[in-house]
Amino acid sequence: MASTVGVIFSSINEENVPELTSVRSIGSIPYGGRYRLVDFVLSNMVNSHITTVGMITKNNYQSLMDHLGSGKSWDLARKEGGLILLPPYSDETETLYKSRLEALKGAMSFLRKAKEDYVVLADSDAIYKLDYNKVIEYHEKNNADITLVYHEHELKKSHYYITFETDKDGRINAVEVNPQSSGIKKNYINVMVARTSYLIRLIQNAIQNGYTSFAKDILTPGTKTMKLYGYKLEGYYANIDSLVAYFNANTDLLDKKVRDEIFGERDVYTKVNDSAPAKFTADACVKNSLISDGCLIEGTVENSVLFRGVKVGKGTVIKNCILMSENMVGENCNLSYVVSDKDTIIRDGRVLAGCEVKPYFINKGSLI
Amino acid sequence: MLRKKECVAMLLAGGQGSRLYALTSNIAKPAVSFGAKYRIIDFPLSNCINSGIDTVGVLTQYQPLVLNEYVGNGQPWDLDRTFGGVHILSPYEAKKDTSWYKGTANAIYQNIRFMKMYDPEYVLILSGDHIYKMDYDKMLAAHKESHADCTIACMEVPLKEASRFGILNTNPDGTIYEFEEKPAKPKSNLASMGIYIFTASKLFKYLEMDEADPNSEKDFGKNILPTMLNAGEKMYSYRFEGYWKDVGTISSLWEANMDLLGVVPNFELQDSQHVIHSRSPLAPPAYVEGEIVNSIVATGCEVGGKIVNSVIGTNCVIEKGAEVVDSVLMGNITVKAGAKINYAIVDEDVTVGEKATIGAPREEAVKLESKTSGIAVLGRGITVSKNGTVPAGEIVDKNV
Repeated sequence: MASTVGVIFSSINEENVPELTSVRSIGSIPYGGRYRLVDFVLSNMVNSHITTVGMITKNNYQSLMDHLGSGKSWDLARKEGGLILLPPYSDETETLYKSRLEALKGAMSFLRKAKEDYVVLADSDAIYKLDYNKVIEYHEKNNADITLVYHEHELKKSHYYITFETDKDGRINAVEVNPQSSGIKKNYINVMVARTSYLIRLIQNAIQNGYTSFAKDILTPGTKTMKLYGYKLEGYYANIDSLVAYFNANTDLLDKKVRDEIFGERDVYTKVNDSAPAKFTADACVKNSLISDGCLIEGTVENSVLFRGVKVGKGTVIKNCILMSENMVGENCNLSYVVSDKDTIIRDGRVLAGCEVKPYFINKGSLI
Repeated sequence: MLRKKECVAMLLAGGQGSRLYALTSNIAKPAVSFGAKYRIIDFPLSNCINSGIDTVGVLTQYQPLVLNEYVGNGQPWDLDRTFGGVHILSPYEAKKDTSWYKGTANAIYQNIRFMKMYDPEYVLILSGDHIYKMDYDKMLAAHKESHADCTIACMEVPLKEASRFGILNTNPDGTIYEFEEKPAKPKSNLASMGIYIFTASKLFKYLEMDEADPNSEKDFGKNILPTMLNAGEKMYSYRFEGYWKDVGTISSLWEANMDLLGVVPNFELQDSQHVIHSRSPLAPPAYVEGEIVNSIVATGCEVGGKIVNSVIGTNCVIEKGAEVVDSVLMGNITVKAGAKINYAIVDEDVTVGEKATIGAPREEAVKLESKTSGIAVLGRGITVSKNGTVPAGEIVDKNV
């Protein structure tokens, strides 16, 4: 088996979900009741036997650091390798990186030190299950220079997107940034594999030529000069690229098929917290919902995801909501299509409603 | 640099727990599941770390495999330390003499060298079969203030139950003048909780004396404490007020689990002043579709059926149409559609088949003559087949 080092971008595409990233990196957005987004890519790596992971951070990474700690929860507190935070300003540059390529420049010393043959680069804003070893096998089989992972789905035009086309052997012959056409596309999910030495040369070359965009300056012209291959990710994939996408990715977990796929046959590692088991009183009525440790349910909850330590008072009805940890909802409230960030207090009798296409968002620490 | 610890805790976890029957046929009592996501040993270990005691010896002997794996390096309790931390102490082969632990005192005696590594002033002796939250540091402060040689934690119990305990007879100043182990006619209702703080030098002295005595049963309650008292050592009682429960029997284990239910329960697990730490399983939150009334449910559960007045452990599946009432399900249990569980304790990794019937409604079951007070008990790893039946009060450790 090839040896592999992982690099995770914990802070890219944050502009897509400003509500959730104003107080944290995108990687530390709470998800699924007890997780953070970064847990899924980290668990993918750990479950692919990757034991050295560089975590590229930007600003706002206090919450991420608090979550990751020494990496122990992912079995990444190691003497050799393990989890290594790569904060900005670690090289001679004086400005904060703006692009993926600039971020990688900051990770050069980490990559140069790596003894592993292969490197996997991945973002932390998506939920999926993937054994990166399979991508590397595919990469080796094709004798590729770079293998890019894609997922086939309907193109969303809301923001920056990279799609590509492949020939029958899987070789990428066209890369498009923000394509104008619509329909089912091969969407690049920002996971790529290359030989470590190859990636280092690529970045050095990019620095010398003053390139700024990985997609436009390297991938697009690269279809002619490099052997780029596309690896298809099968199964569930959710990209947290808007508040609605965040809402949907959470409620997707109410579907047993999705739960089994994401959590089955492997562990999703996360920082553990010693909350007591969830408590349901005689008045509780819960349908089709995920209820985490530390919750106290005295009211009605339907089609919702409740994170740790959420309290639902008597007579309160919560439908289609995502309530992050330590939300205190009083008595006789009515909440519908609400996404509430951590540590909020909702007073007795409040009625709050959003809708499917625009959930009502409550900031962290609010008192309503 | 001279390194030492002021107080070292020794946790007696070797008990066979024979009165828990099938629940302890493969594991030591302290490793028995409790409160949906905990094991009994979480409580004394959490008490230690919450009291500032970071050096704990766990003495195991009987079926230690699950316990050893669970305690591991102590990280869940913050007891993975470069100096100190938690250590599993199994009986070992010595040059002169090899032996199993022969009694509580002998078990501690065999680990004198472990304690001496930390050069402690005080030694705290604990047992691994009680559910309670206690600040041992307050007890230690009382021990120091009274310049005692030994301080015994105690609490008032109903007089009619007093003969089940070690009973302390005390003077008004808290000094102990008599110690009676399970007396037939108790003179007081002050029961020893099996929690002792010794001034280390005295403990070592009496352990060595006791070891040399061929007539001794090598037991703290029967030998060490009475001997110290007779020798005129200063022995104090320390009154504990709060919840404390011996979970050594099927019915007391069931009761202690039920004490967790309700908005204001008899025993509160979610306590930010005194967090109960445990090795938390990696499972997604509980998925709830069915009906849950006055119960607690751990992570990883899939609930389609009905749960009433029950404690449901990690990764249980309660299928649609199944019913669990007045019961304790420990973990990794599947209750198939149409099955009914009433007034029962079900150990880990059990499958209850479709339309099976376990136990009987509590009002009827309690009237039965049985060593479990009518509680049906299913042992670890068994399968109850479709339409299978386990009557109230039965203990089952084979497939039915």
